[in-house]
Amino acid sequence: MNDRANPLGLQRKRATLRDAHVTMAHGSGGKAMRNLIEDVFLGAFDNPLLAPLEDQAVLPLAGLLAHGDRLAFTTDSYVVSPLFFRGGDIGTLAVAGTVNDLAVSGARPLFLSCGVVIEEGLPVETLRRVVASMRRVADEAGVQIVTGDTKVVERGAADKLFINTAGVGVVPCGVSISAANATPGDVVIVNGALGDHGTAILIARAQLALESDVASDCRPLASLVAAMLAACPDIHCLRDATRGGVATVLNEFASSSQVSIRIDERAVPVREQVKGACEILGLDPLYLANEGKLVAIVPAQSAPAVLAAMRAHPAGRDAAAIGCVTEESDCRVVLHTGFGGQRIVDMLVGEQLPRIC
Amino acid sequence: MKYVDEFRDPVKAQALAGEIRGLLAKIERAKQRPLQIMEVCGGHTHSIFRYGIQQLLPDSVEFVHGPGCPVCVLPMGRVDDCVALAEHPQVIFTTFGDAMRVPGSKKSLLQARAEGADVRMVYSPLDALKLARENPDREVIFFGLGFETTMPSTAMTVLQARADGVRNFSLFCNHITIIPTIKAILDSPDMQLDGFLGPGHVSMVIGTRPFDFIASHYGKPITIAGFEPLDVLQSMWMVLRQIAEGRCEVENQYARIVPEDGNGAALDAIQRVFELREFFEWRGLGSIDHSGVRVRKEFAQFDAERRYSIPNLKIADPKACQCGEVLKGVIKPHQCKVFGSACTPETPLGSLMVSSEGACAAYYQYARVDTSGLQRKQVAA
Repeated sequence: MNDRANPLGLQRKRATLRDAHVTMAHGSGGKAMRNLIEDVFLGAFDNPLLAPLEDQAVLPLAGLLAHGDRLAFTTDSYVVSPLFFRGGDIGTLAVAGTVNDLAVSGARPLFLSCGVVIEEGLPVETLRRVVASMRRVADEAGVQIVTGDTKVVERGAADKLFINTAGVGVVPCGVSISAANATPGDVVIVNGALGDHGTAILIARAQLALESDVASDCRPLASLVAAMLAACPDIHCLRDATRGGVATVLNEFASSSQVSIRIDERAVPVREQVKGACEILGLDPLYLANEGKLVAIVPAQSAPAVLAAMRAHPAGRDAAAIGCVTEESDCRVVLHTGFGGQRIVDMLVGEQLPRIC
Repeated sequence: MKYVDEFRDPVKAQALAGEIRGLLAKIERAKQRPLQIMEVCGGHTHSIFRYGIQQLLPDSVEFVHGPGCPVCVLPMGRVDDCVALAEHPQVIFTTFGDAMRVPGSKKSLLQARAEGADVRMVYSPLDALKLARENPDREVIFFGLGFETTMPSTAMTVLQARADGVRNFSLFCNHITIIPTIKAILDSPDMQLDGFLGPGHVSMVIGTRPFDFIASHYGKPITIAGFEPLDVLQSMWMVLRQIAEGRCEVENQYARIVPEDGNGAALDAIQRVFELREFFEWRGLGSIDHSGVRVRKEFAQFDAERRYSIPNLKIADPKACQCGEVLKGVIKPHQCKVFGSACTPETPLGSLMVSSEGACAAYYQYARVDTSGLQRKQVAA
C-alpha cells in the first residue's frame, strides 16, 4: 500500500462507472474520467505497478537485469474495422501485436502501456469487452499493462476506438537477431498457415457476402520464440508477418542481408478457405496480413531442431520450411510455383486491390 | 483446392509442354521466327505470369498480351470524367477496386478520394444499388467497366433499379466490346499474329460464334480458352495443332463454361439496356468504331452521362508511352522506352502498368526473373 497516497491506510472502494456510453465528460479529467479509468481499466488490468495511478509506472531495474543485458522497446497503434472479428478484436491485436514485435528480437516481453482514443458514443460495454481481451492476452503472454492514457474525441474525429500500446522487454545475453543476418544456405521457416487474419477481416467487413469459418490467427508468440531460441540460439532473422504478409518480410530480409530468397509454393501452408477467398478476390495469400505468424531464417543444420521445437508448441504446430536463402546478388524473392514455373514476389505497391473479373 | 488444383497439375503441364514442342517441330514457320499467339484477355495474361507458363514453352512460340484488360484500355479522359463525377458533393462514386489507381490527366480516383471525394470500392454493381437505397439523400453513381463479362450484371442492376423505382442510382457506362477491337488489331498493318487464345469469360456470355470471322475472314486459328494454367497450355496446344494441320477454326477448350450460343438471359439483359456507340476511345489503340456501348434512351434516368455534365475531354496518351504497340504485340513490355524507368507500378504512365492484368504490370511484377541457365532447385528443406 502506498502510504503517501493513502495516509490513513484506509481502503478506498474503487469507483464504478454507471454510464452506458462514453461521453466527452469521460475524457475531461474529472470524476467521470476517474470512474472510467478505475472501473474499466484498473478493474481489468489489476496489477501493483499500475495500481498507484501515478503518471508513470516505475519499473525496478534489478528485475529486468535478471532476464538479459539489453532492453527492447517498441510501439504500435491499432486501428481496425470492425472492432470485433472471428478469432479476436482490437484488444487482442493491441497486446499480441506489440508483444510479438518485442518477441521477434528474441526479447522476453514484460511491460506494456495502453493508450486509447475513444470516439464519443462508444458503448461502455464494447470498451469493457476490448479491455478484457487485452488482459486475457497479456496473461497468456506473461506481460503486465502498467501505465496508460485515455482520450475521448468528438464523434467523427476517430472511428470508435483506437489503441496504442508500447512495450518493453529484455533481450537475453548472446541473442542477436537481425534482418541483415540471412546467409546463403539458410532455411526459411514459418510457424503455420498464412493469411488467416487478413481473410477473417475481409470477411468480417461483410461487403463480400462471403461466408467462412476462417478465424484470425491473432496470438502472442513470445513463448514460441523462447522455444525456438532454446533449440537454436543462433536464429539469424525473425519477424512477425503482419501488414504486407510474408512476401514483405522476405523482401525486407533479402534487401537487408543482400541475398536472394527462393520459396516453394507447394511448401507454403495456406488453408483451403483462405485459398478459396483469394481465388475469388484475385488476392495473393503471401501478401495477406497475419497476427500470429512469424518468419524465421535459421542455419540449415539447425532447421530440423527448430522445426521440431515449433511443432511441439501450440503456436507452431503447422510450422513448415518454405524455402532457402541463396547467394544470387539481385536481392530478390522468387517463388517456384506449384505449376513448375517461377515468378518474382516483389514488395507490394499500395494496397492489394481486388481484380475486376 | 477442389476443382482447381486439378487444373494446376505440374506433371500434366510437363506432358502438355512436351506435346507443344512436338507440334512446333512440325511447323515450318516456327523455324524462321517465333510464332506469336495473342491471348486477348487480361485474365490469361495474369495466369501466364502468375504461373510462369511462358517458361515452360520453347522460344519458338510466344504469347502476345492483348487488349482484354478493361482497366488498361481506359483512356485518360474517361478517368478525368470519373473524377469530375466523384467530386460532386452529392455523389457517392462506386467502382471496382482495380480502377481506383488508374491515372487520369490530373489524378486517379484514389487521389480524388484522399482529397475528399466520396469514392467507394464495391465488388458488384448490386452493392452500389444497395448503397443508393441506404443513402436516399445522396446520388450513387456506379462506374460500369469491362467487356461482355461484366456487362450483364450492370444491365441487370439497371433493370432492378427501374423495377424498384430507385431514383438516386445511375451508371457511368464505359463498357466495351471485344469483337471490333480484335478486328482493328487484325486490320493493323504491323500485325503479325499467328493465332489467338479467345477470351473465356466474354465467350461465356456471347458464345463462340461471334469469333467465326477470325477464322473465316482473316484465316487465323482461335481457341476459346479457360484461365487455369492447364487451360492456357491446352489451348495453346490446340491453336498450334490447327496451325500444324493447316486448319483455321474456332475451337472451344473452355466448353465446361462456354456454350456455343452464349448465355441467352445475359445477352437479353445487355440488349434491353445498352446500345452500340458510334465509336469509343481506347487507350493506346485510339478510336474504334462500334467498340463501346451506352445506356439506351428508355433508361436515361439511370445514365450518368445524361444526368450530369461531364467534361468529356479527349486527353492524348503521354508521348513517351508505347502502350498501343504493346497492346498490338508489336513490342514487348520491356522494350517500351519508359518501362521500369519513367513508368513503374508506383508511378504508372500508361495503364498497362496499373492493373495486375496489364501486360506491363504483370511483366514488371513477375517476369523480371532471370531464368537463363537456372535449374529448378529443391528449395524447401
